[in-house]
Amino acid sequence: MSYNDRVRGIYQQQLSDIREAGLFKQERFIHSPQAADIEVEFPSGAKLKKVINVCANNYLGLSSHPEVVRAAHEGLDARGYGMSSVRFICGTQDIHRELEQVVTEFLGTEDTILFPSCMDANAGVFEAILTKEDVMISDRLVHASIVDGMRLCSAEHDTYKHGDMRHLEQKLQQWKEKRLRVIINDGVYSMDGDAAKLDEVVKLAEAYDALVFVDDSHASGFIGKTGRGTHEKCGVIGKMDIITTTFGKALGGASGGCVSGRKEIVEMCRQRARPYLFSNAMAPVIISGVLKAFEILKGSTELRDKLEENARYWRSGLTEAGFVLKKGDTPIVPVMLFNAKLAQNFSRDLYAEGIYAIGFFFPVVAKGQARIRTQLSAGHDKHHLDQALEAFIKVGKKYNILGKTEEEIIAAYGL
Amino acid sequence: MDDLKDVILEYVIAEYADEDDKVTFDTPLISGGLVDSFSMVSLKRFLEMKYKITIPDAEATPEAFDSVNKIVELVRRFIS
Ligand SMILES: Cc1ncc(COP(=O)(O)O)c(C=O)c1O
Repeated sequence: MSYNDRVRGIYQQQLSDIREAGLFKQERFIHSPQAADIEVEFPSGAKLKKVINVCANNYLGLSSHPEVVRAAHEGLDARGYGMSSVRFICGTQDIHRELEQVVTEFLGTEDTILFPSCMDANAGVFEAILTKEDVMISDRLVHASIVDGMRLCSAEHDTYKHGDMRHLEQKLQQWKEKRLRVIINDGVYSMDGDAAKLDEVVKLAEAYDALVFVDDSHASGFIGKTGRGTHEKCGVIGKMDIITTTFGKALGGASGGCVSGRKEIVEMCRQRARPYLFSNAMAPVIISGVLKAFEILKGSTELRDKLEENARYWRSGLTEAGFVLKKGDTPIVPVMLFNAKLAQNFSRDLYAEGIYAIGFFFPVVAKGQARIRTQLSAGHDKHHLDQALEAFIKVGKKYNILGKTEEEIIAAYGL
Repeated sequence: MDDLKDVILEYVIAEYADEDDKVTFDTPLISGGLVDSFSMVSLKRFLEMKYKITIPDAEATPEAFDSVNKIVELVRRFIS
């Protein structure tokens, strides 16, 4: 079939529907390395603007860290640019295996397998280890990549209300006849910034003979006293059967992900997981950078401590100013505005004030739960946070929402 | 089968609603964001077991499941 006017029309219609629904996404071009201070071209063609970034997943400030960059350069020189092969043909260098061992030790698991991304890890793991005889029971707010992975898997699936242990328990009872039960959660939920109660999850898993899966993409490297992740925070290191995580956020921010956990499960992924079998190996330059990131974290907790302090400072500054925040103690701090249009306008005005933070609204979050999601970084210094705070307060005053309750903001702006 | 409507409403509330959600027979469930399409599966499974019916996937659309009233309509078709 040729790409004629009729076909073009189908897509043009769909794109215009997306625009009309207010869901059209546009990129902003950044002309500098990822960091607290960036230079942005937005809209396309506009003069470059220096802004403070408070919406990156660059939690530890490692994305452009000089030591990580240097290690990547060295890796590039020593091991070349690309592998031009999947892992099991001729795409595995010694450093791939070395990184797997480093991750295993860091997370306190039995073994680890790298994937091109955590999206791929989540897409591949369930199908590799579960069959029709099994059931996956997932928290309703797990990441989209987990939902995709569950859809690709023939096991039964069921969901429980977000963080609701009683509901989870009911589901475990309901599925007790199954060969395997897997409880599936994110460690830290990226939209709300709350953490899974993994200690309670583990208790239920033990009582009902279930496996525990956690995606710790928004936790690995900084949650818990030494940054091991949500399982460290909850005191259940060693009890996670499957952890997936990404190297594309705190751990250098380039790309790559993994499945880490029980050694048989990891081995099953090596034999069966399709994104591992049919997609290229991670580039040596990235492996070298991630190895350095882990070396930095193992040497000192300085970065995660600074991040924790930044998050506390930011949270208390916003609270004092009178914003409504989602409760939590992670570096993801959602500033609640409830109304989608208000969130968009707020983000636009912040940008004019030199602060880069994005509004989120339905369908990314529930209806009437629109927000500006802010994310802290160890790359932020106090002056960044003070400047950002000043901008938030200025814009907050403009819309007259400071000191207002949820009900009052909704009464003024609607849902 | 008079209580069909109430049974389904009760299930929907227990399974999907939080304390402060008000759910009635006409509340839009899927388009309203209360039930995501992935979680809809447990609702279908509940209806099939409770009423001993089989709802073909082609009929189990987000539209057909979008309110308790619509679900009742759907279930009635398969019961009879
Ligand atoms: C919870 C969670 N899992 C997985 C991913 C995907 O990670 P990656 O970028 O490595 O594919 C993300 C990133 O958006 C995420 O937030």
